[in-house]
Amino acid sequence: MTPTLASATRPPRNDRASDAPGRGRAQRDTTLGSRIGVMSVLVLATIYFLLPIWWLIVASTKPAGRQFSGNGLWFEGFGLFENIALVFEVNDGVFGQWMLNSVFYAGTSALIGTVISAMAGYAIAKYEFRGRGVVFGIILAAVLIPKIMFTLPLFLMFNQVGLLNTPIAMLLPSIVSPFGVYLARVFAAQSVPDELIEAGRLDGAGEFRVFRSVSMRIMAPALVTIFLFQFVEVWNNYLLPAMVLNDTSLQPVVVGLVGWSGSNGVVPAGTVVVGAFLSVIPLLIAFLFLQRFWRAGLTAGAIK
Amino acid sequence: MSAITTGATSARTLRWRTPWLFLLPFLVLFVAIYVAPILFAFTQSLFTLQRDGLGLTAPTLAFDPFANYARVFGDAEFQASLGRVLLFGIVQVPIMLGLALLIALLIDSKSARGRGFFRMASFLPFAIPGVVAAVMWSFLYSPVTSPINGFLESAFGFSIPFFSDGLALWSVANVVTWVWTGYNMLIIYSALQTIPAETLEAAKIDGASATRIAWSIKIPMVRPALILTTVFSIIGSAQLFNEPTVLKSISGGAITSTYTPLMAAQSSVAAQNYPYAAAQSVVLAVLVGVASFVFFKLTSRGEQ
Repeated sequence: MTPTLASATRPPRNDRASDAPGRGRAQRDTTLGSRIGVMSVLVLATIYFLLPIWWLIVASTKPAGRQFSGNGLWFEGFGLFENIALVFEVNDGVFGQWMLNSVFYAGTSALIGTVISAMAGYAIAKYEFRGRGVVFGIILAAVLIPKIMFTLPLFLMFNQVGLLNTPIAMLLPSIVSPFGVYLARVFAAQSVPDELIEAGRLDGAGEFRVFRSVSMRIMAPALVTIFLFQFVEVWNNYLLPAMVLNDTSLQPVVVGLVGWSGSNGVVPAGTVVVGAFLSVIPLLIAFLFLQRFWRAGLTAGAIK
Repeated sequence: MSAITTGATSARTLRWRTPWLFLLPFLVLFVAIYVAPILFAFTQSLFTLQRDGLGLTAPTLAFDPFANYARVFGDAEFQASLGRVLLFGIVQVPIMLGLALLIALLIDSKSARGRGFFRMASFLPFAIPGVVAAVMWSFLYSPVTSPINGFLESAFGFSIPFFSDGLALWSVANVVTWVWTGYNMLIIYSALQTIPAETLEAAKIDGASATRIAWSIKIPMVRPALILTTVFSIIGSAQLFNEPTVLKSISGGAITSTYTPLMAAQSSVAAQNYPYAAAQSVVLAVLVGVASFVFFKLTSRGEQ
């Protein structure tokens, strides 16, 4: 952890600043050979990363039932809308229910989780109290041990107390995010000045009031980052919902899709391809438009 | 006089109490979701299921603290799964991180153009949920639908047996590498951005080549980020579950239901042997916990 904290507090070289003056110089500095070498490796890597996604997009647009025919990398006829309609028709439209479930689970737990993480991280960053070191140590340890490790014990416990097959069994574990607390602590320490908290206190505001109307506002961009990481983590979580939610109508889209894909052709493979494509659209959009928030989280020592 | 004292005391109590109130929601949930299940699983692992000879009555639980653990350590399938993820980690983690480091250095180099695009392109697979990525790759691998083999066969007259005994593990490794390389690359790239421009400038004035600067300055200076990504990748390998689970259905038996330790524990749950699943989870959690602790110690010692 220490290394990332250190790197987070060191001011990053501004990308654009190092780009702009470097541009003219770079032309002189770099040889054509090195430019070709660097660019060809980068292009090869990009092909590896993007080709499967490209294939998914192309296959989804091909007419129903012909997802795997012809050249895998180029369009052949157009049936995207028809395909989408088909996906929503299987099993009485259960796919739509799955997407809504995913939005509900990820949105609700990320929202509540962000507030809880912000409070905890803020307390650790801005208050001196006995036991602070111990609490932070425990949180770091929890960040180190992947959540998936706790899933089977959670299943056993929920089974005992009769919580299986309820949304609570999915939501409760998703709300808790030690990584969110860690990020909140880093961001609060960096961005909220002690003087401002003092000023709020002198104005007669209570501690919680200061937190809500001063500190939370300053931490807002950081809170978006925490929300985003948690949203994606919950959306992508497979093992937990697969174990605690048996009822198809309660499952999130990733569990539903895996069920389709393992159905040995009961649901046509082409439909699974289009379903997979639809299920990643919300995340792809979030990634493309919220890039700077991702980088903020990764700079602060992204872990999960 | 007494009023003043009380006022001072209550103010101090308030101060002492405030951080704990901020921490309360997190701590309560943390105990419920992290601590309680582990304790519950541990307790349950001390019992064994006793079935009567005819299997007519429901099995009963008998206290037998070592029986499950003795069985875990004698379970050939479980041990094979541990060996498999160990091999996976030893091979896949260096390849993935080497690739991530190479791409980060190339994007950071003066010869690179279109930095933002390459960064985004390699990070994009991370936007795709692990299981959906696995579903997608299952189509790219499948003997029936594989566009990769379709291309290889028509162009070169051979195909890759993705699920032969020797290759199955590496087909899984490829999916993991595809999803996580860009994520690790961004962490390393962020660390590269914190190297002071003057340091790099000084080395260049001394006549160091770009390769030399990368090797002798940049890589040593991002060592903390490399250690961090290594630790988390190794821990990630131990929890391997999603990808092999999805690929299992098309692997033609190469991937079994006890392929990784977590899959083995999950299959004990599916067989309704909860105490044994609990013991497997506890052993796995302890192994991962010890590994994390050791790496954490090594990391912080390296930093001093």
